[in-house]
Amino acid sequence: MLGEQIIKGMAVTARNFFESYVSKDRLTTVQYPEERLPQKGNTRQFPFLVYDGDDWEKGLRCVACQICEKECPPKCIYIVKSKDKKPDYKGQPQIYPLRFDIDISVCMSCSICVEVCPFESIKMNTEFELSTADRFGGLLFTKEQLAKPNSYYQKVHPNDAAESDAVIASEKAKAEAKAKAAAEAKAKAAAAAAATAATPVPPATTT
Amino acid sequence: MGNMFTALDQIFVNVLHWLVSFVPEPWHPFASALLCISFILMVFPAFFSIITIFERKGIGRIQNRYGPNRVGIPFTKIRLCGFGQFVPDGLKMLTKEDIVPRAADKLVHFLAPVVMLIPVLLAYAVLPFGRKMTMTDYDAGLLFFFAIGGAVELAVFMAGWSSRNKYSLLGAMRAIAQMISYEIPLILSAVTVVMVVGSLKLVDIIAAQNHYAYGIAQWNVFTPWGLLGFMLFFIASLAESNRTPFDLPEAESEIIAGYFTEYSGFKFALFFLGEYLGMFAISGLGITLFLGGWTSPVSFLTWIPSYIWFFTKLITIIFVFIWIRATLPRMRMDQLMNFAWKFMLPLALINILVAGIWHFMAVDWQRWIVCSFLVVFSYVILGRGLMRGQKLGKRNYRYAE
Repeated sequence: MLGEQIIKGMAVTARNFFESYVSKDRLTTVQYPEERLPQKGNTRQFPFLVYDGDDWEKGLRCVACQICEKECPPKCIYIVKSKDKKPDYKGQPQIYPLRFDIDISVCMSCSICVEVCPFESIKMNTEFELSTADRFGGLLFTKEQLAKPNSYYQKVHPNDAAESDAVIASEKAKAEAKAKAAAEAKAKAAAAAAATAATPVPPATTT
Repeated sequence: MGNMFTALDQIFVNVLHWLVSFVPEPWHPFASALLCISFILMVFPAFFSIITIFERKGIGRIQNRYGPNRVGIPFTKIRLCGFGQFVPDGLKMLTKEDIVPRAADKLVHFLAPVVMLIPVLLAYAVLPFGRKMTMTDYDAGLLFFFAIGGAVELAVFMAGWSSRNKYSLLGAMRAIAQMISYEIPLILSAVTVVMVVGSLKLVDIIAAQNHYAYGIAQWNVFTPWGLLGFMLFFIASLAESNRTPFDLPEAESEIIAGYFTEYSGFKFALFFLGEYLGMFAISGLGITLFLGGWTSPVSFLTWIPSYIWFFTKLITIIFVFIWIRATLPRMRMDQLMNFAWKFMLPLALINILVAGIWHFMAVDWQRWIVCSFLVVFSYVILGRGLMRGQKLGKRNYRYAE
């Protein structure tokens, strides 16, 4: 009969109307500033620099090797090397970046810088609420703005952070083992030298 | 107790008389008219602004969205569930640039929104909003309403013609075709009420429905001819107020808002207002004719003030309008015309016959059977006729995939 389908359609919309007040599942809208969806594990927005410890200037992992600057496809990274050196987490003296700027208005979030970095220093951030009234200065992030603690990295990308921590730890262990071996060899050499000083035999060449 | 409810029922009438008593005797009619006009100009645009929010929120809920829920009281955290939205909406409308196309007929272009609004507001003059709350109680109130309502078509065509825009003109042509086609079933379905009641006076029409049998009101809609008449009236009023599924004159997706394509700012707001006020007026007339006007549906609720009943019914009808808008897609022009001339017009004519039979048969159960049978039979047969040759279901495209 005429009008049957109209009644059916009206019933569907009426159900939508009333159920939207009852069941939360019907309303898929997330009311953004108050409610947020959890971010996906692989979310990436713009890079940041990881530092260890509490002092961002001292703990910055970046050694200003400039690989990321060279590899960056849109050339949004600008690095100025330091003249002096300071010890890194392994205790090795390294140069450090005097300036490290990323223009996020140019950055295309490709994460190539992260892939090429040999020092686990530059990583992708998940922060996306970066709108600003100043489209030049406000979008040019300096070293201070880019530096984030390792704990932050562990929070935003737990899996990647664990991997990177493992790499750092193994590097550190290797370095320590090397230092230990070197110290032992030194001690042995010193002992040998002491022994040769005591007994006049031709000194063993230790290389 | 009864006295208090009577006082509450007549509060607006008494306030009006009290206010009028301040002016000298010869000015009484003038002051009274002025106050009534200001009442209409205050209440119905306010009602319009609230209804726009209800519509947006209601359609949102029907589409499983929230709808506007942000704007509340400025500089506070109070959001009022978004019911403050009409204030920024109105401000936006008022502060937008008023653009007049260079090729437009400037005078007619300027006059069209005004011509749209004036008849719509005039139509409220004869509507009874409550007991003794009719602004002018014409003997031919119904005729006045339809005569005034016909002037809206003029405004629509003025707007479409003067804009010098093909979309506007197309929209105006569609509007004229549609409004004239649907005015006939509209008036013919109202004629049944006039036949049975025997008066064109809207107050008399309500008085004829204002009695109760077994505690239930004797509204016209509770009779076979009244039910069919109300359905026809309702569908035709949907078309008259250019609401979905009959919103061809302002089809956004094909002719870009039709006759008001070239209107912006306050003139657009006037069109918008005129359209909604027209919708309220025609719903109010439908309530008066078929739903007993300001009377209560059951006898034990008669103590509730009459104007509250009127506005409750009005809101209900408007909600059904919104519900239909959120459900049905827009019709095609040929479907629209077929529906008006092949289905609604014959049905309205048959309904006049049914009302005549109802009037002249003895007040008995037999007339219920005869009239109900006639109504259902003609509905089914005419519906079959309209659907003949129509294949409903999934559409097969010959060339496109």
